[in-house]
Amino acid sequence: MSYDVDQIRKDFPILERKIRGRPLVYLDNAATTQKPRSVINALVHYYEHYNANIHRGLHTLAEEATAAYEATRVKVGRFINAAQPEQEIVFTRNTTESINLVANAWGRKFLEPGDEIVFSAMEHHSNLVPWQLVALATGAKLKFIEIDDEGHLVWDDVVAKIGERTKVVALAHMSNVLGTINPVEKIAKLAHDAGAILLVDAAQSVPNMPVDVQALGCDFLAFSAHKMLGPTGVGVLYGKRELLETMDPFLGGGEMIRRVTYEESTYADLPHKYEAGTPNIADVIAFGAAIDYLEGLGMDAVREHEIAVTGYALKRLMETDGVVVYGPKDAAEKGGAVTFNYRDLHPHDLSQVLDQQGIAIRAGHHCAQPLMRRLDTVATARASFYLYNRSDEVDALIEGIKASDRIFGDVVRAGAR
Amino acid sequence: MSSELELDELYRDLILDHYKNPRHREKLPRADVTAEGYNPVCGDEIEMELAFEGDRIAGIGVRGRGCSISQASASMMSEVVEGKPVREVERLSDEFQAMMTNPDAPVPEDLGDLEALQGVAKFAVRVKCATLAWHTLHEGIEQHAKGNGAARIEEM
Repeated sequence: MSYDVDQIRKDFPILERKIRGRPLVYLDNAATTQKPRSVINALVHYYEHYNANIHRGLHTLAEEATAAYEATRVKVGRFINAAQPEQEIVFTRNTTESINLVANAWGRKFLEPGDEIVFSAMEHHSNLVPWQLVALATGAKLKFIEIDDEGHLVWDDVVAKIGERTKVVALAHMSNVLGTINPVEKIAKLAHDAGAILLVDAAQSVPNMPVDVQALGCDFLAFSAHKMLGPTGVGVLYGKRELLETMDPFLGGGEMIRRVTYEESTYADLPHKYEAGTPNIADVIAFGAAIDYLEGLGMDAVREHEIAVTGYALKRLMETDGVVVYGPKDAAEKGGAVTFNYRDLHPHDLSQVLDQQGIAIRAGHHCAQPLMRRLDTVATARASFYLYNRSDEVDALIEGIKASDRIFGDVVRAGAR
Repeated sequence: MSSELELDELYRDLILDHYKNPRHREKLPRADVTAEGYNPVCGDEIEMELAFEGDRIAGIGVRGRGCSISQASASMMSEVVEGKPVREVERLSDEFQAMMTNPDAPVPEDLGDLEALQGVAKFAVRVKCATLAWHTLHEGIEQHAKGNGAARIEEM
C-alpha cells in the first residue's frame, strides 16, 4: 500500500480547521502532534463503556479497563522491541517524568561523590535539569559532550568525556532543535565498556523513526505519547529488567505495594512498583490506538515520508535569501525539526506574522538554552514536520516568511538591531 | 478585522521606526545607576543607564537585543521619561501597564509615541515584550533610591 498523505489527513479532524480564514498549517509537531480520530474515539469509548479503576476491582468494567491498559503496555513494548514488554515498560506522565524517575530512583541510590554524569550540548532541559538536581544531592559531577558547527557530536569529545568515572550517559536520540540523530549504538558500547548506564531521551525519535531498544543497547529510554499521535499526560519509561529490579521506587502509594504495615512495605512486581496511584488509564488506552495507527502506516514509511518533506523544506529554506538554517542539512541524517532564523528578524516577530497566516511554528529557545548559547543566538524559529504534512505546506511557510518583508523588510535589511 | 489589518495594528509604522532608529541609544557617560532587564523565555534584553538630578530623571541611555516590540517600547519610553520627575514617571508607568492589560481601556494622552503600542494588548503573549523596559526602569529607580548603582531584573 502506498503512502497517501491526503488520505491520512482525513483521519485528523483538526487539520480541517481554519485560522483567520486560512487553512491551518501545523508545523509545530516537535512540540506535540495532532490526534487521529481513532485516538479521540478510544478516549470517548473508554469513558462511555468501561471507565473503572484498574488492577483492583473484581467487576466487569475493572477487568475490561485493566485488560485494555495492560494491552497498551505490551503494544508499546513491542513497538520499541523490548525483550520483556510486560515488565520493562513503565507508564509516567511524560518524558520529563520518566527521566526524573531514573535520575532519582537509580541516581540517588547508586551515584557517589566524584562519579560523572555525561550528557551532550544539545540536551533538552528535561534531560539536563534532573541530572543537575541529582548531582547536587549526590556530589556527582556533570560533563557535557561538545557539538560541532553542523550540530553533530564531536566524536573525539565523546571518547574523551566517557571514562572510568562515568556512571551515567544521558543522551538525546534526536535533537528537538537541530534534528540531529546521535549514534546511540556506538555510544552505548562506549558507556558499557566504561561501566556506565545509558539513558536515551527518545522523545523525538520514537515518533519519527523505527526504534529498537535491543539494537540500540540502551539501559533506559524515555518518550511521550503526545508527540506520536497519542494523548497528553502519558510518558513511557523503558528500562532493562535487571536495572528496574535493583532500583527503589520513585513514588510511594497505592498500586505499587504488595504488603503494607504501619512501619514498612514490600513493593509490587515490575512494572507496578513504579506506577504509584491511579494512573492515566484513559490516555494510556487511547495511546494504544495511536500505536495501532502508526503501525498501520509502518514506521519505515513514516520515516520515508518525513525525510521527503523535511528534505524539501531544507531545500526551500536554504534557497530563500536571508534564511539561516541551523543543524545538519541532509534530511536523511536528521529528524523532522528544522531550526532557522530569517534576516535579523526576531523569531517572535516572525512567528507572529506566520500565525496571522494560519501557520503554526515554534519560536524561542525550545527548552534548550545552553544550546542556543552554543549557536550564538538567543532564540530561533523552528518548523517541525510529521506524517501528515505536505510539500504545499512547506511552500506556504516560505511564502509566509517572505510576507514578513511587507512589514519588516526595510527594517531588518537595514540591520537595525 | 482582516488578519493583515490586525497585524498592521500591532506593527504600526511608529513602532517600526523606533525599532529601526532607536532613540537614546548612546551610553550615558555619567550615570547614577545602570539597569539590566532580561526575559529568558523570549531572550529579550535591555540595558540602560539613568542620571538623576534631584528627583528628576535627567538623562537616560537604552540599548538591547530582542523582538521589535521590546526594543521599540524601550526607545519610546526613553523619549517620554527623560527630564520628568520620578513621581511622574511612575504614574506614566502605571498608565502604560493599564493600557497593556486592558485592550479596551481609553488611551492616556501623555504617553507620547507609546500610544502606538496599544495594539499589543490584543496579543497577550507579547505584553511582556512591551513592559520589559518599564520593569527595568522601575528597578533602576528603586535601586537608586536605596543608594545602589546597579539593578537587574529577570522576568518570570
